[in-house]
Amino acid sequence: MSDATPTTAAKPDFFAGVAEEIGVAKHDPIIVADSVVRRFGGVTAVDVDHLEVQRGAVTGLIGPNGAGKTTFFNLLTGFDKVDGGDWSFEGGSLRGLAAHQVARRGVVRTFQLTKALSRLTVMENMKLGAAGQTGEKFWSSLVRGLWSAEEKANEERAEALLARFNLTHMRDEFAGTLSGGQRKLLEMARALMAEPQVIMLDEPMAGVNPALAQTIIGHVTQLSREGLTVMFVEHDMDVVRTVSDWVVVMAEGQIIAEGRHGSIVTNTRVIDAYLGAHHTTPLDRAEQDRQLAAAQAAVEAEAGEAS
Amino acid sequence: MDWTRIIQNTLEAAIGRDAIVYALAAIGLNLHFGYTGLLNFGQVGFMAVGAYGVGIGVRELDLSIWAAMPIGILAAVALALLLGIPTLRLRADYLAIVTIAAGEILRLAFRSETFNDYTGGSSGINQFANDFYSVNPLSGDTDLGIIDFSAGQLWVRIVGWLLVLAAVGFVWLLVRSPWGRVVKSIREDEDAVRSLGKNVVAYKMQSLIVGGVIGAVAGMVYAISAQSVQPDNYGTATTFYAYVALILGGTARTWGPVIGSIILWSLLAFTDAFLREAIGAGWLPESIIDERQVGQVRLMLVGVALVALMVFRPQGIFGDRREIALTSR
Repeated sequence: MSDATPTTAAKPDFFAGVAEEIGVAKHDPIIVADSVVRRFGGVTAVDVDHLEVQRGAVTGLIGPNGAGKTTFFNLLTGFDKVDGGDWSFEGGSLRGLAAHQVARRGVVRTFQLTKALSRLTVMENMKLGAAGQTGEKFWSSLVRGLWSAEEKANEERAEALLARFNLTHMRDEFAGTLSGGQRKLLEMARALMAEPQVIMLDEPMAGVNPALAQTIIGHVTQLSREGLTVMFVEHDMDVVRTVSDWVVVMAEGQIIAEGRHGSIVTNTRVIDAYLGAHHTTPLDRAEQDRQLAAAQAAVEAEAGEAS
Repeated sequence: MDWTRIIQNTLEAAIGRDAIVYALAAIGLNLHFGYTGLLNFGQVGFMAVGAYGVGIGVRELDLSIWAAMPIGILAAVALALLLGIPTLRLRADYLAIVTIAAGEILRLAFRSETFNDYTGGSSGINQFANDFYSVNPLSGDTDLGIIDFSAGQLWVRIVGWLLVLAAVGFVWLLVRSPWGRVVKSIREDEDAVRSLGKNVVAYKMQSLIVGGVIGAVAGMVYAISAQSVQPDNYGTATTFYAYVALILGGTARTWGPVIGSIILWSLLAFTDAFLREAIGAGWLPESIIDERQVGQVRLMLVGVALVALMVFRPQGIFGDRREIALTSR
């Protein structure tokens, strides 16, 4: 992957001849998950039977709130412990690895609530991302000569990425002073400093303005063109359409559909479980009133129970 | 009103034993708390194992003091591992609970009858630092104008401040490096650091060990300068005085803990001497305050000064106000 020179070549169709059904085999899977289960008390938060993630493609993981998307992400990246199952990256099992070990293998994630390191500058945030630094080892860190060249190279790479993500003017500011959208961009750029093979974005477009969301979509598309495998979580169906090559839908911890966007939006299971019966038809006044009344009754009933 | 005496006392405290000991302890805490975000409330435990390591090494193992010092250092490393292994994987507050308890456990253990043969129980270990004073190149009293020192006092102060310089230099080398960037990032958000492939627990452990060893050196200076280790000098309050020095000077600043310690002890000495002189000169009538109350009243006054500092300069003397603004977000 090159940071500075965007590639414009059209992407190949990764999913030619792949059936649009749950657990279908892909041509060249980079991540394969089998029977991954996570329970919280009596609730099964994640129960994924089989999922393959295609190398080089943008895979969108969608589902309503509480569907288990983020938990599934946490499991895959070592931020949570499974109750059962196995998953592999490039053929090697990732089960039981700590989060930092998963990252070192080449699967780097971002977070739904951005984790900008507030009291470090934007540039320091970026340089932290670089993997395998000599200067990060305890004894070597004491001798500047051992790591100054490496530091300089990382700084140049960071400059290029900051320029690409439009953050150059903020390079010496504390990351805590960035706006919400800029933090999202910084987190993506920082993840790229680690030179991952797979980048997993947890709701990259949540809480940012529509213009910036378009910018982020542009970045995601571009990264994919450069050969990076992208997997992202999103609950807004419309965002998914423009950017993902393949969509995986989760509800109540299970995968309920897989396919291209076109087939997902017409899938009745998805519509029932996730989109709601009235997603595609505009509401008329009477229907709006009816739903409002129903919601109000529900709230009152709950308030009654509570008192 | 004898101003010379007030200034004398203040200057002596500014470069005195307590200023050195708490500067070292606070430098260690600065690495823990200021840079890595580790809540170590048991720095006194590291000081105690350092002091007892030297004392027991000399008294019970018949080592020279130079050979006993590594025992104190190794004891601090062992204590850091013991405290860190179970707690560093957990949230920050667990380390706080475990360290504050460990400090007290150590003090009570050193004090107990059971280990009397090794630790001397509540009377501690005394007169074990003769090796240190026998290599003193100085002789006779040294007159530095307004203050003067005996050869032994000056020898302790010279070595002590050199150790402070060495500790400041070592921590400075660490924190301006990429290693320092990682620990500062851990202070900000552990998960972000994990997601970038850094072994957070290992870094926290390294920080705990280095800061703990610096704390052990503080304990050794204290023990050697007094030629004695007393268990009750290693109570919880010691840790909090070190925190006061650190926060006063400014956390996550190279010189913060040193300047903080100097100011704290000279302020205490100044208020003490000033109140005594003022009472002696009849400025303060005995009906308001008498000599016996000076010890408590000076703590109150210094306490009020610290509250004022936190209100008007929450970042400490060297701190960066912008950083404080960011933490409260």
